[in-house]
Amino acid sequence: MTLGRACLFLALAIAPIGAIASIYGARTGRREWVAVGRRSVYALAAVLTVAFAVLESAFLRSDFSFEVVTTHSSIATPFFYKAAAMWSSQEGSLLLWMWLLSLWSSLVLFLTRRSLRELAPYATAVLLGFATFFGALVVFMANPFQLLDPAPSDGTGLQPLLRHPSMMIHPPMLYSGYTLFTVPFAFAVAALITRRTDAAWIRATRRFGLAAWTFLGIGILLGARWSWSELGWGGYWAWDPVENAALMPWLAGTAFLHSFMVQEKRGLLKLWNVCLVLGAGILAILGTFLVRSGILQSIHAFGGSTLGKPFLGFIALLVLGSVALVMSRRDDLRSPEARSYSPLSRESIFLMNNVLLVGLCFVIFWGTFFPLISEAVTGNKASVGPPWFDRYTVPLAIGLVFFSGLGPLLAWRKTTLAGARRSLQGPALFALVVVVLLIVLGVPAGKWTALALFGGAAFAIGSVVQELWRGVSVRRAQAAESPPVALVSIVRRNRRRYGGYIVHVGIALLFVGVGASAAFQHVRDVRLSPGQTARVGGYDVHYVRATSSVGPEKVSLGAVLDVSKGGKHVSTLRTTRGYYPSSDPTAGPVGQYFDGDSTTEVGLKAGLRRDIWTAVQPDIGAMQKMVDGIDKRFPLAQGDTQRFLLTAVSQRYVVAPPPAVFRLIVSPMVEWIWLGGIVLGLGALIAIWPPPRAQRRHVVAPSWSARLGRELSRA
Amino acid sequence: MDPRRKRRIRLGVALSAAVMLAAGLIYTSFSAASDARTPSQLLRTAESGRSYQLTGKVVPGYRVHGDSLDFRVRDRAGGSSVLVHYTGEIPDPFKGGREVIVTVRRSGSRFVGQRDSLITKCPSKFSASKGT
Repeated sequence: MTLGRACLFLALAIAPIGAIASIYGARTGRREWVAVGRRSVYALAAVLTVAFAVLESAFLRSDFSFEVVTTHSSIATPFFYKAAAMWSSQEGSLLLWMWLLSLWSSLVLFLTRRSLRELAPYATAVLLGFATFFGALVVFMANPFQLLDPAPSDGTGLQPLLRHPSMMIHPPMLYSGYTLFTVPFAFAVAALITRRTDAAWIRATRRFGLAAWTFLGIGILLGARWSWSELGWGGYWAWDPVENAALMPWLAGTAFLHSFMVQEKRGLLKLWNVCLVLGAGILAILGTFLVRSGILQSIHAFGGSTLGKPFLGFIALLVLGSVALVMSRRDDLRSPEARSYSPLSRESIFLMNNVLLVGLCFVIFWGTFFPLISEAVTGNKASVGPPWFDRYTVPLAIGLVFFSGLGPLLAWRKTTLAGARRSLQGPALFALVVVVLLIVLGVPAGKWTALALFGGAAFAIGSVVQELWRGVSVRRAQAAESPPVALVSIVRRNRRRYGGYIVHVGIALLFVGVGASAAFQHVRDVRLSPGQTARVGGYDVHYVRATSSVGPEKVSLGAVLDVSKGGKHVSTLRTTRGYYPSSDPTAGPVGQYFDGDSTTEVGLKAGLRRDIWTAVQPDIGAMQKMVDGIDKRFPLAQGDTQRFLLTAVSQRYVVAPPPAVFRLIVSPMVEWIWLGGIVLGLGALIAIWPPPRAQRRHVVAPSWSARLGRELSRA
Repeated sequence: MDPRRKRRIRLGVALSAAVMLAAGLIYTSFSAASDARTPSQLLRTAESGRSYQLTGKVVPGYRVHGDSLDFRVRDRAGGSSVLVHYTGEIPDPFKGGREVIVTVRRSGSRFVGQRDSLITKCPSKFSASKGT
C-alpha cells in the first residue's frame, strides 16, 4: 500500500471517530471529548495534506506507476500544467475537495476554539460527516492512488484545451467556494440542534460565508474568462447544467450575506437565514453531484462516473435532515419583532433583494433540472435553452442591480419619505443622465433591457459614490483630514460596510459588461482566402496570409489578420488552430495529427470599449488527399523524417492555403466583466479583513464578559 | 387597518403573484423545450420539422468541408447511428468517440444540425467509463 492510500484510510478512520467524539462530548458535557473531535479535524487536515503532497509530487515527478498520472499527464507536459493536472481527474479533484474541506474546517474551529462552545462540537461533527462521505468515496470508489504494474514509460498527457493559466486556479477556487459553504451549513445545523438561534453563529461564520461567496464567484468568472479567451466558440456563458450548479449556491450565498445583516441588526429573518444557509450548503454538494452523476446531459459532467448514487443518497440525507431540523425548531426561529416592518427601510429592500435572488435561483434550478421534470411528467426528456433562461434572468438581474443601489440609501427600521427623496435624487438623476446620454450617443431605445441594466448599474454606482462622499465629508469635519486620507479612514473603520459597497460597484460593472456584450455583439462566420476582407461591427478584417508551425507536440495552422476601421489600422491579430497527434496506432505519421485533439488560439484585441475576437478553422479536408498520400508512401516515418513530412505539409498550407473559415466577433465592454470581477474581489477582501485591533477588543469584550457571567452562574 | 388583516392581504398578494409567476415558468418551459433523444430513439420517433436535442458519441471517420461537417452519431452503448449534416462552429474537442449534443431536424433520411448548436464534453471530463 502506498503512503497516499494509507493516509486516505487513516482519514476515513479519523473523520467518523472525531464526529462521534464531538457529539458524545457535547451530549455529556465532557470537554476532553469535544477536544478530541476538534483535534481530529486538525489531524485530518495533516493526513490529507500528506496525501495531497504525495499525489502532487507523483505528477511533478511524472511517476507513471500511478494510473491517474498516466491518464492525465506526460513527460512532455509543461511543469506548470503538471502541477494543475491533478484536479483534471475525477479522483484528484475529489481529493482536492476533501483536502480543502479539512483545511477550512481546521481554520474555523481554530478561530472559534474559545467561543461558541455549545455550537462548535455539533458543527465539528457535521464537518467531519462531510469528510467521512468524501473519504469513503476516495477510498472505495475513486482511488487516486491506483497503481499500474508495469508502469508505462509515458502518459497520455493533459488534455490540450486545459493548458491555460486559468486552469491552475479555476478548480481550486470553485472547490474552495463549495467547501467553504459547508462551514455556515455546519454552524446552522449546530445552532438548530442546540436551539441557539440568535445571531452568534452568524457572527462566527459570516466571514466564511463571504469567503465562500468570493471564491466561488472568482472561480465562476475565471471559467468564463478561460472560455472567452481560449475556447473557439466565442462566448463566456452557456447555461450548461454544471455552470448553473456553481451559480446557484453563489446566488443563495448572496442572499444570506444580505439577510444575515437583518438578523444581526433587527433580530428578523431567523427562519429565512437558516433555510438559505442550509440551502446554499446543499446546493454546493449538488454542484459536485451534477459533475459526477451523469444524471443531466452536461458538457462538464464526467463520462461514465459511478458516483451518482452515493451522492444522491447523501443529498437526500442532507435535505431530509435539514427539513426535519428546521420543522422541529420552528418555534425557536420565530422573530420577536415580526410586526415592526416598514416598507421604506433597509431591511425591506434586503428582503426584496432576497426574494429576487431566490427567484433567480429557483428559475435556474427549474431550467437545469427540467429534463428530469419533463421526463417525470411527460415521459420524454426535454431541455430548455439559453433564450428561455434569458427571458427570466434578465428582468430579475435588472431588479437586483436596482435594489443593490437602493439598499445603501435607506436607513434601518424606517426612512421618512422626505429622507428617502433626499437620498435618492442624486443617484436617480445620475442614472437618468446616463440613460439619456446613451440614447443620444446612438443606443437604440428599443434595446430597453440593456438600457435598463445600464440605468440600474449607474444608479447603484451613484448611490455608492454618494455614500462614500457623505462618509468622507463627515470624517473631514471630525478629523480635518484630506479627502483621500478621510476615504481610507472611513473604509478602515467600517470595512464590512464599505467593502460591501465596493462589491456593489464590481457587480454593477460586471452587469454592464454582460448587458453590453449580450445586446450589442456582432458575430460573423465567413470563408476567406488570403487577400479577402470581411466587415463585422464596423471593422474591416483583412486575411493577410496563412501561417504554420511544427512544434514538438503539435502542428499549428493559422492566419494573420489585419483589422482596420475607416481605413485606419487598429490591430494585427494572429489566430491559429493547433493539431495534436491521436493515440490511434493505425493512423499514419502525418494523418495522426489531424485525427487527434485540436485547440484554437484566439486572436484577441481586448479593450475597455470593445473586444475584437477572431478564430480560424483551416479547411483540413482540402489537404486530406496530400496527407493520405504521404501516409501511404511513408507509413513508418518517425523522428526527423516524420518532422520533415509534417513541415512539408505545413509549408504547403502556407504556400497554397485553401479558403479558411473565420469566426469574427466584435463585442463591446467584455473587459468590464473581468474588471467588475477584480473590483468585486477587492471589495470582498476588504469586507473579510478583520477589523482593527482596538475595534475588535471593543466588540469582543461584552461577549467575553457575557460568557464569563454565564459560566459563573452555572458553577 | 387592523395590522393582522394587513399582513394577510400582503401575504395573499405575494402568494398570488408567486403562483402566477410559477404558472408562467411551467408553461413557458414546456412550450420552449426541445426533446432530448438518443440516435435509436430519433430513428424510431423523429417527426419532420420538429427539433430534437441529439446526444450520443461521434463515429470516427467524419468529414469536415470548411465550416460544414458530415458525421454520424451513435448511441452511447453502440447500436444505432444517425447521419448529421451540420454547419457552424465546430468545437475544439470535437473528435471521433467523443460525446456530443446537437440540435437537429429530420430532413429525409438524414438530420440537419441547427447552426452553432454542436457542443462537446468539457475537456476536463473525458474520463473513460469504469468497467467498460
